[in-house]
Amino acid sequence: MLDLLQKMFGKETIGSKDIAKERLRLVLVHDRINVSPQFMESLKDDMIKVISNYMDINEQEMEVNLTTSKSTVALVANIPVNRMKRGCTLED
Amino acid sequence: MGEVIVITSGKGGVGKTTTTANLGTGFALLGKKVVLIDADIGLRNLDVVMGLENRIVYDLVDVTDGNCRLKQALIRDKRYDTLYLLPAAQTRDKTAVSPDQMKQLCHDLAEDFDYVLIDCPAGIEQGFKNAIAGADKAVIVTTPEVSAVRDADRIIGLLESEGKEGPKLIINRIRPQMVKKGDMMDIEDIIEILAVDLLGIIPEDEYIVISTNRGEPAVANPVSMAGAAYKNIVRRLMGENVPLMNFDSQDGFIDKVKKMFGFGG
Ligand SMILES: Nc1ncnc2c1ncn2[C@@H]1O[C@H](COP(=O)(O)OP(=O)(O)OP(=O)(O)O)[C@@H](O)[C@H]1O
Ligand SMILES: [Mg+2]
Repeated sequence: MLDLLQKMFGKETIGSKDIAKERLRLVLVHDRINVSPQFMESLKDDMIKVISNYMDINEQEMEVNLTTSKSTVALVANIPVNRMKRGCTLED
Repeated sequence: MGEVIVITSGKGGVGKTTTTANLGTGFALLGKKVVLIDADIGLRNLDVVMGLENRIVYDLVDVTDGNCRLKQALIRDKRYDTLYLLPAAQTRDKTAVSPDQMKQLCHDLAEDFDYVLIDCPAGIEQGFKNAIAGADKAVIVTTPEVSAVRDADRIIGLLESEGKEGPKLIINRIRPQMVKKGDMMDIEDIIEILAVDLLGIIPEDEYIVISTNRGEPAVANPVSMAGAAYKNIVRRLMGENVPLMNFDSQDGFIDKVKKMFGFGG
């Protein structure tokens, strides 16, 4: 009963399921990071399409990678810009 | 042509063999002609769970090696006359069969049976590749634990890369009390993380142990909760729309209070 009251009025008794869920989420991000080269290529192609609406980029020098640290995974892109497109710069 | 369904998991011991035995018996209870293939070569188990261990003469490898005809190796379950078992070889290893041979075998069986169920070994090696080779559909069994769900995710990826799309998930050994207390991942959590379709949920149930002791799958037991859950899954596999079972029908006062205070149960 005390347990229940704590659950109702305080958040200190966090169930272990939330811990499990978070650990699972992280472990899967790392597991799934071994994506195929085709996956990265198609991501890159889509990025180029979108970005090209706003600026000219150097597609040859463009780098897109997934990098991991202990608790996070990041998509890191280094995309040299050749030229901004006119009209995109002053818009809100 | 019948349907070939592989029961797989990645992680060992989560309930593949139990599931194969219960689904197979469940199909037979509904009059479907079904054959169960034990693809766990070297660690055969399905025969014992089915209570058919004393009737084995030939096995799967005898068939693929050509020592006997396919029909000779099939054991008919005397309790249900549309239920058959093709046992695994116990003294050989997974490399005794090739994926191509399994494909042929499944194809041949699907000509005669409504359902061909394959009990897959644990792991992602040759035994897994053999077991999935001839399957039209895959059912993935997991338990609500981090390690089992993680392995299920890996299996889903591997199935996709083998061109087996749309696997369906069974979550086994759910303990409603623990889910309620927030100490067990719930169905929504797991489905969301794995992004697959749910085929069904099976509660932790001592009848599974009892029925395994007896060699009589729980699905035939009218009071077993897990048995009832397996029956539902069988009907879903036959295309029926069956709602998920509610394990805790004695939802009491506490839940109502919690709901009043906005704590979703
Ligand atoms: N819902 C359940 N309730 C209680 N016990 C269960 C349940 N499901 C499975 N078990 C028990 O868990 C154990 C493992 O089950 P089973 O042999 O079916 O798993 P498996 O995935 O085939 O294992 P392996 O990977 O070794 O082939 C068995 O002892 C079985 O009785
Ligand atoms: Mg097994």
